[in-house]
Amino acid sequence: MTVHTQAMPPQRTPRRDSLINNPTVRSTAIQVLLIVALVAFGWWIVDNTATNLRNANIASGFGFLENRAGFDIAQVPIDYTSNSTYGRAILVGIVNTIIVSVSGIVMATILGFLVGIGRLSHNFLIRGLSTVFVETFRNIPPLLVILFWYFGVLSVLGPPRNLEENIAGVYLTNRGLQVPAIVFGSSAWLPLAAFVVGLVALFVMSRRNRARQMATGERRSLVGPALGLLVGLPLVVYFVTGDPITFDAPQATRFNLVGGWQIKPEFLALFLALSIYTAAFIAEIVRAGIMAVSKGQTEAAAALGLRRGQALRLVIVPQAFRVIIPPLTSQFLNLTKNSSLGLAVGYPELVAVGNTVLNQSGQSIEVVMIWMVVYLGISILVSVGMNAFNARMALVER
Amino acid sequence: MNLKLLTAALGVTIAALAAGSASAQTLDAVKQRGSVRCGVNTGLPGFASQNDKGEWQGLDVDYCKAVAAAVFNDPTKVQYVPLSAVQRFPALQNNEIDLLARNTTWTMDRDTALGLAFAGVNYYDGQGFMVKKELGVSSAQELSGATICVQAGTTTELNLADYFSSNNLEYNPVVIEAQADVNSAYDQGRCDALTTDASGLYASRLEMGNPDDHIVLPEIISKEPLGPAVRQGDFQWFNVVKWTHNALLNAEELGITQANVEEMKNSQVPDVRRFLGLDGNFGQAIGLDNAWAINVVKAVGNYGEIFERNVGSKTPLAIQRGQNALWTDGGLQYAPPIR
Repeated sequence: MTVHTQAMPPQRTPRRDSLINNPTVRSTAIQVLLIVALVAFGWWIVDNTATNLRNANIASGFGFLENRAGFDIAQVPIDYTSNSTYGRAILVGIVNTIIVSVSGIVMATILGFLVGIGRLSHNFLIRGLSTVFVETFRNIPPLLVILFWYFGVLSVLGPPRNLEENIAGVYLTNRGLQVPAIVFGSSAWLPLAAFVVGLVALFVMSRRNRARQMATGERRSLVGPALGLLVGLPLVVYFVTGDPITFDAPQATRFNLVGGWQIKPEFLALFLALSIYTAAFIAEIVRAGIMAVSKGQTEAAAALGLRRGQALRLVIVPQAFRVIIPPLTSQFLNLTKNSSLGLAVGYPELVAVGNTVLNQSGQSIEVVMIWMVVYLGISILVSVGMNAFNARMALVER
Repeated sequence: MNLKLLTAALGVTIAALAAGSASAQTLDAVKQRGSVRCGVNTGLPGFASQNDKGEWQGLDVDYCKAVAAAVFNDPTKVQYVPLSAVQRFPALQNNEIDLLARNTTWTMDRDTALGLAFAGVNYYDGQGFMVKKELGVSSAQELSGATICVQAGTTTELNLADYFSSNNLEYNPVVIEAQADVNSAYDQGRCDALTTDASGLYASRLEMGNPDDHIVLPEIISKEPLGPAVRQGDFQWFNVVKWTHNALLNAEELGITQANVEEMKNSQVPDVRRFLGLDGNFGQAIGLDNAWAINVVKAVGNYGEIFERNVGSKTPLAIQRGQNALWTDGGLQYAPPIR
């Protein structure tokens, strides 16, 4: 100990012959000891838990996933009945989590970019509204935003009874949004094929047009041919084949509207709340990213004769992306994890379904482990994808 | 020095974890702590709810008080732990509460896979439906296609699925975790019907914007024997709770009430004398004072008094005794004798 207190310790020749003084051996030994201690600690926790569960006569293990669930789930994107297994029920929860997360991420990104750019607008009204949007929604807890949409907006809509006949067949009630379903007949592919043919023909025409413009400088409008090819041709084929596509409009019955496509209020509330809440954060990230691009770039773009929109699209945003993507990834992860708040309004995502499974089967430790593994898996997938995108967008330096 | 501290801390942790696993000393732990930790509903009028002074009251709450009176001769020595349906079993399993008196249905699965032990049935219930009068529905069989609100993680959720599939009826479930949110979703019109135990329906109806707009349908679709539960493996504590329940029923059968329990000490009826601890050693046999039953009745009255005070015909719930009458009155409540 006293050696270290001296200002200049005398040069000492270490004794290489002793293993204790060998730095490689020492550090390896310490690491091995640490790993052994960690494994022993982990084993002790698992063993202690298993023993205590056994002593308390509580069943454990993942065998319960094979048992009949016995409860129904409100929104089932994959086949599920009350006769399915607990494992299947949890799978339904995972799929519902992914559905609301992916649609929320898409919506939040679009909205966030619009609002973020809006905050930098020269127009006072747009800038003001964007600021109000950001400051309102990022300062309210997401659970309150969800409850606001569910109990404050969607629940106060009227019931699906005594409805006025509605020509478009679109109904927004306290049971959700219902629109007519599109029913494809057996020859429905013909008008769709005609649409694709029209698209290809239009593409060819536009290339010829451009070549002509390059050669002669003459510009011809494509609006007429576009209408004819994309709307006229499929319509003609549609009527020639005899109405292969029909609409199934929702019909009022004693309790509910039946038929058509339905989006339930639980999903709507969660989707709207998550996308708006996260959009407020994304808007700030986008604003930061754009402001991080030096003003010289804007001026250079202007000097090249690019219009404002072009400068934004071709010069500013690609450079801003490098700043935006890493924090954007965090927001995507946040949105995915916040989807577990769907529990509060009864959207059957992973935590809500898992909660029911947990209580019906009593297997709390196992269900909590499933929750953690699934969220970790989804988050790592999002991270890996966004990191790959980030690597592609990164500045290539020579 | 630090190493010693660390070793000591580790030792204490291990001892604590070990104590958690050995579960045979609940009564000693309760006596040492000076109170019974009782898991109750977060808010179900008539069973467990707080009045405007913040005091807990209800049928289940009176069971907490009865057990505290049996152990301490003081019904106030209870720590109430409000629990949601999902929280209740882990709370009991993890030793956070000593007794679960939370309108919990006794099922075989809960007796086996969950490691619970039900001490008796303090309320015979069954699942029913409530609908808005304006729908003109008079039977659950007419509910095909309806949207039905139900609380997550209950036997109710399972019975609902079974009832509709066995009757070939369609329905759309809306499953929400907290009963208060389930009620408001129903009240706001998200659902056509609300389902839970019949007693819970009467309680929920009181919380609707206009209770008279709602009716409870006649069908009872399940057996829901509700009762207090404890952890398995501790027979001494199990006996304390079980015999507190039996004492409440026996008191009603013997005509012993909160008001007359003191005069009853002059009784020469052998059953009454054994009940009051004047003959025999029944209290000490379960680790309590011989006056345990007197203390219970003094604190909360007999079962009939508890029922009438919390859910009976003079309360807003106005529930008839029905199946919960004593066996001598044609009901199902029947307690083994104290002898």
